[in-house]
Amino acid sequence: MVIEQIEAQLPGAILDRHDFRGDTTIVVDGARLLEVVDCIFREGFQMLLDVTAVDLETRELRFDVVYHLLNLVSQDRLRIKVQVGEGVALPSLTSRFKSANWSEREVFDLFGIPFTDHPGLERLLMWPDFPGHPLRKDYPLDGGDPFCNQDIGASYAPLARSLNA
Amino acid sequence: MGAIDLDDAVLTTRLDAVINWGRKNSLWPMPFGTACCAIEFMSVMASRYDMSRFGAEAMRFSPRQSDMLMILGTITNKQAPVLRQIYAQMAEPKWVVAVGVCASSGGMYRTYATLQGADRVIPVDVYVPGCPPRPETMLYGVMELQKKISRESLSARKEHIERFYASMARQEELQEAKGLSSQQVVREMVVAAGEQGGQQIW
Repeated sequence: MVIEQIEAQLPGAILDRHDFRGDTTIVVDGARLLEVVDCIFREGFQMLLDVTAVDLETRELRFDVVYHLLNLVSQDRLRIKVQVGEGVALPSLTSRFKSANWSEREVFDLFGIPFTDHPGLERLLMWPDFPGHPLRKDYPLDGGDPFCNQDIGASYAPLARSLNA
Repeated sequence: MGAIDLDDAVLTTRLDAVINWGRKNSLWPMPFGTACCAIEFMSVMASRYDMSRFGAEAMRFSPRQSDMLMILGTITNKQAPVLRQIYAQMAEPKWVVAVGVCASSGGMYRTYATLQGADRVIPVDVYVPGCPPRPETMLYGVMELQKKISRESLSARKEHIERFYASMARQEELQEAKGLSSQQVVREMVVAAGEQGGQQIW
């Protein structure tokens, strides 16, 4: 299995691992991410499907950046998680995977996690001078739009509950 | 040769009435399709429902050649300045139909990303409810717009559109002064209007 290979080649790079119904996840130190990715690329995981992130607001290292990889030969899938704190940059994977380009821009846009050595780290979805990063847990859902939360239009929610009762 | 009977040769009417009659029966739709309403709109234009029966046959994909803007789908805050520019570029006199709940009020999307109704940024004449509305509903919306056109005065329509141009000038001024993107300026105008209890920025 690929994880044993990584352990053999890069001892100590994998901080933690868990399996859930055949899905394997490894937790990697951000400083060693590039070595680990190079290693698993050689082991056959040559397609980066997605880069995303999770905001765990109360944890000390606030974000989990999650990389999903696919082995095109064996069809195995592997998930890599890296824990990063507020404002801490991660190395960009664009040198290894072209598909990392827009995915990392999306993570930068919506979570405010910077990536070093990215060819053009701009916002992907929101406009350039948009204030804040909307997928952070402390960002209000309405983004401060008074039309979203004031009593303009009545809420249907109480009515829906009475229909279910 | 006998005397000409004037009743056979002359028809009397009001100028507003005859011009509006022409306008309402030759609407040129411009689809601004952003979501599923645009898919439903395809069947409105196709032979089964056929909007050409109401004189709105010549659909144009250029705002310069059309005078009825159909907003077909969710308008995000990022699209709001685009929609304003499209409306500004249309031939006068012009009318707007907001099709579906997203274009009318933001619908189910009460979030930072979605404009809570296209009427916050451009003047809307007819709102068509539904998610998406059935083709009959869209046709009824166009028929209601035709009724509205036949009742309106020419000068009122002109002033209505000029109020919008004034808001475009205000937007450009703010953009110059603050050095912000058009999206951010429209967003700030909408939020400022909302905080003062206003419903729109035009």
